Amino acid sequence: MVTSDIRSQSPEQLGDLELNILAFCCHYCAYAAADLAGSLRLQYPPSVRVVKLPCAGKLDVLLVLGALEHGADGVMVAGCLEGDCHYQHGNLNAKRRVGYVQALLTEIGLEPERVRMFNMSSAMGQRWAEAVTAMDEQIRALGPSPLRRPADELQAEGR
Amino acid sequence: MSEPDGYKSGSNLERALRSGAFAVTAELGPPKNADAEVVRQKAALLTGWVDAANITDNQTAIVRMSSIGAGVLTLQAGLEPVMQMTCRDRNRLGMQSDLLGAYALGLRNILCLTGDHQTFGNHPQSKNVHDLDSVQLVQMVVGLRDERRFQCGEEIKGVHPQFFVGAAENPFGDPFEWRPLRLGKKARAGADFIQTQMIYNVPKFREFMRRVVDLGIHQQTYILAGVGPLKTPGAAKYMRDQVPGMDVPDEIVERMEAAGRGIEEKQARSAAWRAEGIRICIDLIHQMQEIEGVAGVHIMAIEWEEAVKTIVEGAGLPPRPRVVDLVTST
Amino acid sequence: MIVAEQKPLGEIKGLLGEARKVLIVGCGTCVTVCFAGGEREASVLGSLLRMSSRLDGAPTTVTDVTVQRQCEWEYLDAIRERVADADVVLSLGCGVGVQALAEHYPEPVVVPGLNTKFMGLPLEQGVWAERCAACGECMLGLTGGICPIARCSKQLLNGPCGGSSHGKCEINPEIDCAWQLIYDKLQAQGRLNLIMEIIPAKDWRTSRDGGPRTIVREDLKLPKPATAEA
Repeated sequence: MVTSDIRSQSPEQLGDLELNILAFCCHYCAYAAADLAGSLRLQYPPSVRVVKLPCAGKLDVLLVLGALEHGADGVMVAGCLEGDCHYQHGNLNAKRRVGYVQALLTEIGLEPERVRMFNMSSAMGQRWAEAVTAMDEQIRALGPSPLRRPADELQAEGR
Repeated sequence: MSEPDGYKSGSNLERALRSGAFAVTAELGPPKNADAEVVRQKAALLTGWVDAANITDNQTAIVRMSSIGAGVLTLQAGLEPVMQMTCRDRNRLGMQSDLLGAYALGLRNILCLTGDHQTFGNHPQSKNVHDLDSVQLVQMVVGLRDERRFQCGEEIKGVHPQFFVGAAENPFGDPFEWRPLRLGKKARAGADFIQTQMIYNVPKFREFMRRVVDLGIHQQTYILAGVGPLKTPGAAKYMRDQVPGMDVPDEIVERMEAAGRGIEEKQARSAAWRAEGIRICIDLIHQMQEIEGVAGVHIMAIEWEEAVKTIVEGAGLPPRPRVVDLVTST
Repeated sequence: MIVAEQKPLGEIKGLLGEARKVLIVGCGTCVTVCFAGGEREASVLGSLLRMSSRLDGAPTTVTDVTVQRQCEWEYLDAIRERVADADVVLSLGCGVGVQALAEHYPEPVVVPGLNTKFMGLPLEQGVWAERCAACGECMLGLTGGICPIARCSKQLLNGPCGGSSHGKCEINPEIDCAWQLIYDKLQAQGRLNLIMEIIPAKDWRTSRDGGPRTIVREDLKLPKPATAEA
């Protein structure tokens, strides 16, 4: 569980649209940075839900596509700084796959900007907050995903 | 049709080469249409200046009037043709069938070529035939003549085609060391004559010919060195930089550049370039005459057939001996 | 191995037409290792088609299943119900797999999702190159292990042609001149004599030119069970 203390931004700044952004974070850097952001009581939008991966290199294209298919408005992928991946170049693999997914999204007519990669070190709590803020702004500008599904439909499927 | 008295084909080109004279051939490019008059006009430009003229076969994989068709028109116009046949467009059935027809129509010389790949031309989507390669084609045509057999081994009953058979060689293609040996293969396959690609680098060609002479190939087959007049320095640079297997030394490019320097007026500059291009060609021919194993020159004045007369005259080669009355049908 | 690549998504959608229930069938052999039609590719394509069809306003049910080898009847038997349930079966097998599916299940519409390209090998991850043209009469013993039928653009047997330049083919500087490779190899091995001889015209009957080919091994065929009297 992320021990961050998430506080909403004021409504007039961001509007009251609730966004659903999934963030795949690597254990060694991004997740730790997010944790630190919480400890530091940094403020950033509450639209992001974190999924921890042992390494960003574990990211499967299907994870991103699955998230979008089930109505996520955006997907963040966060890994270590380039050159500092705990597993050598997992973050570079993730970068390639993010690029690949962006190309696939363009082909089907979904905005590639809904998927974005960020790099940070475990000490960069502030960077985490900035990343989430930037992602939230970006997705808000794009609007909710056209693939959002009504809640009752999801409920019927037991989600 | 009687045996051509000791000659393989009895053609003008064969007789000229056998006589020991320095032979001259040139190229006639058929039109991209069905206009016989174009062929006649080009033939008129070459008649009397060459021993025979090559009629190209869909050169650079661009569709043109067939070599056989244009060849017959050339023959009728009083100029001996060398038909060309690539391996790119026909299988062995089509080839032999065309050879029978060509011979029946009076053609007597053939140059066997691999052919430029169709991706270079105007029909890149076409199927690539290459049933045979150029060496096997030489073997086949020689087999029709000497063994009187089709490629499948079946005997030809009645009149059989007796062509004077040629092949091409690019002395500067890679691998350079292999080229003289590959030429040897063509000679062993039975090639009576060889025409090379255009040569501008004489020292390198001398090196090639030295090896060819060492291998004794010049005694098995007549070798004609390819030369061609340049029209512009741009053309020289293009050949130097963009055409695989072409070797154009910088001095040649410089000579072309220098010829036009200081001349502002377009037409005058163009004329100056062309004059220099012809002079370079004549120089090359003189140098070729000095190289052991070279039996003649093949002048490729692409879409500039008028230049051939100037070159041949300038090189002191005419008059071309009219060796034999041209055969127009069997 | 057989090397293929996926058709563009637009073309696949065109082939699926108005189908409302699509079954993608992947293959676990060649197309898996060239990342064109394996289990992962089938799942990814399924997700893309579902999302795409929803964005187009015509949601389509797309599921996927992958068999070990799409060209063998036994493996295809296992997906009978899945196939019966679909409007269109989108095969991610090579051309052989697509045809095996279509032959084994004659009723449904079977369409190909891949363009099968050639028989070749991975030079490095992500790069595959053609090596064999299945001419039916292997002559690699004469050419130092380098095939002039598959690797020479003009299929010369007494090459190279005049366009060979710096070891590359005239039609594309990315393509090695097969005859340069053959020459270098045989030269290094002191076996140039092999190509000094004129290699005669090829008998193309053993290749596709002779018609579609079949191999029958009587020693391997299983005895047919005796049929009961009617």
